[in-house]
Amino acid sequence: MACCRVDRTGRHPGGPGGSEPEKEDKSGVSTIDDVKPIPVTIGGVRGGPAVRTLRRDPWWKSPAFTFVVLTLFVAYTVWAVFQNADYFVGLSQHRDLISPLYSPCIVGSCVPGSHGSFLVLHWWMLTPALIGLSGPGLFRSTCYYYRKAYYRSFWQSPPGCAVADGHKRYTGESRFPLILQNIHRYAWYVAIAWNVILTIDAIMAYRLPGDGGIGVSVGSLVLTANAAALWMYSLSCHACRHVTGGHVNEFSKAPIRHRLWKVVSKLNAIHMQFAWISLFVVVIADAYVRMVAAGWFTDPKLF
Amino acid sequence: MADGLTAGPGAGELETHDFDVVVIGAGGAGLRAAVEAKERGLRTALVCKSLLGKAHTVMAEGGAAAAMGNVWSEDNWQVHFRDTMRGGKMLNNWRMAQLHAQESPDRIYELERWGALFDRTPDGRILQRDFGGHRYARLAHVGDRTGLELIRTLQQRAVSLGIEVFMECKILRLHKDSEGRVSAAVGYWRPTGGFVAFTGKAFVLATGSIGKSWKYTSNSWESTGDGHAMALWAGADMIDMECVQFHPTGMVWPLSVRGILVTEGVRGDGGVLRNSEGRRFMFDYIPPMFAAETADSEAEGDRWYDDHTNNRRPPELLPRDEVARSINSEVKAGRGSPHGGVFLDIASRRSAEYIRRRLPSMYHQFKELAGVDITAEAMEVGPTCHYVMGGIRVNADTEATTVPGLFACGEVAGGMHGSNRLGGNSLSDLLVFGRRAGMAAADYAEGRTGTPTVDAAESRKVVSEALAPFARDSGESPYDIHRDLQETMQSLVGIIRTESELVQAAGELDKLAERADAVAVSGGRAYNPGWNLATDLPSMLAVSRLVTTGALERRESRGGHTRDDYPKPDPEFGKVNLVQRLDEQGRLTLSPEPLPQMPPELAALFEEPAASPAPAPGKEGH
Amino acid sequence: MADVTMRVWRGDSAGGDFADYTMPAVEGEVVLDVLHRIQAGPAPDLACRWNCKAGKCGSCSAEINGMPRLMCMTRMDELPTEEPVVVAPMKTFPIVRDLVTDVSFNYVMARQLPPLKPKAPEADGTYRMQQVDVERGQEFRKCIECFLCQDVCHVIRDHEENKPNYAGPRLFIRYMELESHPLDTNDRRELLRQRMGIGLCNITKCCTEVCPEHIKITDNAIIPLKERVVDGSYDPIAWLGRKIMRRTKRSAAEVAQDAPAFTAPTSEDRLERQTVPVAVGAAVGAGNPAAASAGPGAGPSEPAGGTGPTAAGDPFGTDAGA
Ligand SMILES: Cc1cc2nc3c(=O)[nH]c(=O)nc-3n(C[C@H](O)[C@H](O)[C@H](O)COP(=O)(O)OP(=O)(O)OC[C@H]3O[C@@H](n4cnc5c(N)ncnc54)[C@H](O)[C@@H]3O)c2cc1C
Ligand code: SF4
Ligand code: SF4
Ligand code: FES
Ligand code: FES
Repeated sequence: MACCRVDRTGRHPGGPGGSEPEKEDKSGVSTIDDVKPIPVTIGGVRGGPAVRTLRRDPWWKSPAFTFVVLTLFVAYTVWAVFQNADYFVGLSQHRDLISPLYSPCIVGSCVPGSHGSFLVLHWWMLTPALIGLSGPGLFRSTCYYYRKAYYRSFWQSPPGCAVADGHKRYTGESRFPLILQNIHRYAWYVAIAWNVILTIDAIMAYRLPGDGGIGVSVGSLVLTANAAALWMYSLSCHACRHVTGGHVNEFSKAPIRHRLWKVVSKLNAIHMQFAWISLFVVVIADAYVRMVAAGWFTDPKLF
Repeated sequence: MADGLTAGPGAGELETHDFDVVVIGAGGAGLRAAVEAKERGLRTALVCKSLLGKAHTVMAEGGAAAAMGNVWSEDNWQVHFRDTMRGGKMLNNWRMAQLHAQESPDRIYELERWGALFDRTPDGRILQRDFGGHRYARLAHVGDRTGLELIRTLQQRAVSLGIEVFMECKILRLHKDSEGRVSAAVGYWRPTGGFVAFTGKAFVLATGSIGKSWKYTSNSWESTGDGHAMALWAGADMIDMECVQFHPTGMVWPLSVRGILVTEGVRGDGGVLRNSEGRRFMFDYIPPMFAAETADSEAEGDRWYDDHTNNRRPPELLPRDEVARSINSEVKAGRGSPHGGVFLDIASRRSAEYIRRRLPSMYHQFKELAGVDITAEAMEVGPTCHYVMGGIRVNADTEATTVPGLFACGEVAGGMHGSNRLGGNSLSDLLVFGRRAGMAAADYAEGRTGTPTVDAAESRKVVSEALAPFARDSGESPYDIHRDLQETMQSLVGIIRTESELVQAAGELDKLAERADAVAVSGGRAYNPGWNLATDLPSMLAVSRLVTTGALERRESRGGHTRDDYPKPDPEFGKVNLVQRLDEQGRLTLSPEPLPQMPPELAALFEEPAASPAPAPGKEGH
Repeated sequence: MADVTMRVWRGDSAGGDFADYTMPAVEGEVVLDVLHRIQAGPAPDLACRWNCKAGKCGSCSAEINGMPRLMCMTRMDELPTEEPVVVAPMKTFPIVRDLVTDVSFNYVMARQLPPLKPKAPEADGTYRMQQVDVERGQEFRKCIECFLCQDVCHVIRDHEENKPNYAGPRLFIRYMELESHPLDTNDRRELLRQRMGIGLCNITKCCTEVCPEHIKITDNAIIPLKERVVDGSYDPIAWLGRKIMRRTKRSAAEVAQDAPAFTAPTSEDRLERQTVPVAVGAAVGAGNPAAASAGPGAGPSEPAGGTGPTAAGDPFGTDAGA
């Protein structure tokens, strides 16, 4: 076992000995590998029975629930993405509603009217939802909360607290590919851009062309709720908490960032709730637009 | 691969470690002493009975008293000195009280340099809170977990200096060389049961309290008075051992947590004591000595929290001995709470948010242990054995005991607190005298000639005595003896004492000592709590004996020592320390010896009218 | 009143099993109280650690019905009584005896932590800090070092091989405390990334779930640390910023040398001090030079597991077996 022997004068055996131990020994070290960890007892006999867990409470309920819900969500999204139809309610129905999964609709395959004047990827003929989902997908999959959720329920690492991990080897997020989770901050920047777009979508939804010009319909409320939920979700994000003020060490010297940080921290405490709410709301919004677009019913105007 | 302090050398050899300074006890005092000796470049060992950072100091709640004057600029060391002496009913060693008052601010600032995060004043200094007996808000604190902050800071400092720590190692005896200097300490590893000796040029005892001999106590199992006993056996003088502090507010319900402390900070932050009739009874018990500076109406007491200058403090914040006695009388008079205490009420006086912020661990302690929400209901509290003011007699400046090579600091040392300790004075005591003991021990170690060794015959005796309980096939369980000792001390040498009961207690102690000689334990030596307790019994019996003898002899009531048959302080007893030591034949002797005399300029501090403390000449306290 | 049955792990490094003890139930008791009554009655040598009995010292950690908890803060009336209450030692650390484990891992990791490097004080020698500056750190300093978080963390609970390179949640909060300390001038991010295993934690939050002090370990320490490491290593904008401002971050090797473990004596040299022969009783037998190292701060380690000399022939030796 690696072991660092340091004698009483503080000389590191790896480094050249000398009259000034302090200085000498630092020059003998160039990388962290030269600094040997002090030994810890590895492989000592552990107490307790050799069972997976001694827990008797239904610890498996919560990961099982997460597993089911996330699986259903993924299944629905995949279906919705590849359906590539019924995602836009346009002029013909006197509305401007677009499914959040398909926004921004900026590719060649978008149905007319859904993309406003932002048609940029003319050559893209696959489903527009692949673009629409790229940002939010990246954001959600690297979210600290969802990471916890799927590491526990899908990867079983660990399935529950004090329940044995399902894997022999474990390197956490220190190796490829999981080291890429560190890009979450960029995903957050992207998600903010998406939020702006979805907010514009929500505002546009109050246009009721040919049905009184401007008004409130259930559809516009649904898209507004969607945008609001996404804002709450992304503003309560840990990366947001860090960039707004978490990186400051002396809050008293940065009162504005401190105030921001306090607000974000409050939201951050219920980030998990926002994660779930926004997930459900996105599905509801997509389903609603889809049903209206498919002509199951017309989007009722409220006032 | 065995990464352990375990097996040690083979048969016939005693595992031995040699150091310059050996510190026994890793509470605040021991850690501070070790840090000082290590900073001087000496080879320093720190030995403790439990894991590092678990010592009793971790439980201290309220704060550390230091006249920094951050909240009340009127505060200075003279005022602190005067409060300490008056709180101790003038039985204190004046020089210790003076050093303590002068040096504690620096010791607190030092902790901050080492990483402690105290609560702050609006201008960014260390915030100070009110406590009983302190004229000004003086206790540097962190919520109600100041002891944790203190021990963690010192622990981290000790680790960063590379002090060698020997954890879960119980020292049994100190050995002296032919010249009478302490040269070795013999003990055993609790995890393995293997014996071990430490040789050293200087030894510092910092083993803390003795509370485990009482039934209701705020102290942990470690507080068996090992240090007191070891010093006594090594020939040191013990002073004023009868002065045991009963903290007025311990939990009384549920029974299993009876005795666990409710910090004085509750009262400092606005909590009041009420009897079953809802009356704030403390107004009925204001003693003449403090009448001039104590509020005589509830209205004035309530105003005081916001305006100290124009109002007098509420009687709930009288020194602990007064409050404990008053609670005792109320309960005796039949005005107690359902479980035999009184009510401590902060819920009706402060907002829930305030209580949770200022007293978070009290909130949790009651919530989780008693199912009481202190932001909504009153707590039930009663006196609990808390602290021993008496202890090893030391030189005020060097903490040297009367045995060469042996130093003592912290709770195990006597003199600093007189007959009653003010809350918060202990944590600063640990720092001030821990440092001084470390310095003096380092000086002594540097000047000492010859190589300290372990005496084989003596260590063999210690070992065989310790192992004797294994050899007995039948005998009493140490737990039974411990329980009976606790019953005896609680009922006969408790908060109020009388001659007849003390005589009875002395007789009981004789019987218990006999029973302890025949104690038997089963099982192996590795981490055997039954055996560990058996090895604690001799020290507990020794300190119980010291307390009982001292209590019999001090025929007066003073501070923590209250005699039913002598309810008044006696000026003659106020001039002496009761010194106990072993004579050549190993018999306990007791003699009253005069207190050191205060120089006139300090004595003058007590002649001024109570309401106007001396101004700060030159701000020496800072 | 009804009885309670406690199913307690008894054993040491040579093996062990559960033993059942049935005791009368007493109102208001916690698990530790019942164990104390078992000690005073049927099993005087039942080993467990405790000190304060009020959740302040963090000694009495164990696994109760499978969950890592403090025995002194777990009330019996909150546990189901139809089945025995199962009390087992912490699983992540090597067993010493019964409920006592060798927690030296945590002390070893603490020695590798570069301590506070405070900036210069004010002119009067003291520091000014605002309450808002200290509050974040104060949360972490509530830690009572019960090591329950270290115990529950699957990174080392289920993967022993990670131990040398993993500080664990207890130390992560300490790193965060120092990294965000208003007075600190050191930079431990590279050390955290390369040696202390911040990347091994997969933020599954079990540490937060078990912490008796309710410290938000994952949210307030680990994730912010991960974000700080991102600043240092994975953020090209921050990298560019550093280049332009000519600020360098400190390398892991450099920072590691600030830790006491680097210069403080370890106990290899304790061997030199040992073995002052004392001729007592039995003849000098086969020595057991297993007493290798445990640094300052290292706790008692696993006992010699029955290999030590027995009580009969050698009064000074170890007696690990019962
Ligand atoms: C609940 C509570 C609250 C308190 N609150 C306050 C407060 O707010 N303010 C204040 O000023 N004071 C307070 N006190 C008092 C103060 O905490 C103690 O007096 C002080 O901590 C004693 O410190 P110490 O270093 O002398 O000993 P301790 O902290 O008791 O440490 C004793 C050390 O000696 C070791 N030891 C003992 N015997 C042996 C042996 N035989 N061999 C080896 N090692 C041994 C132990 O392992 C331990 O490490 C409080 C006390 C309690 C119990
Ligand atoms: S959040 Fe990280 S440190 Fe905490 S238990 Fe999970 S893996 Fe371990
Ligand atoms: S962080 Fe919490 S669980 Fe971990 S050691 Fe500290 S108090 Fe215990
Ligand atoms: S979105 Fe969940 S943490 Fe960033
Ligand atoms: S005994 Fe101190 S935390 Fe349980």
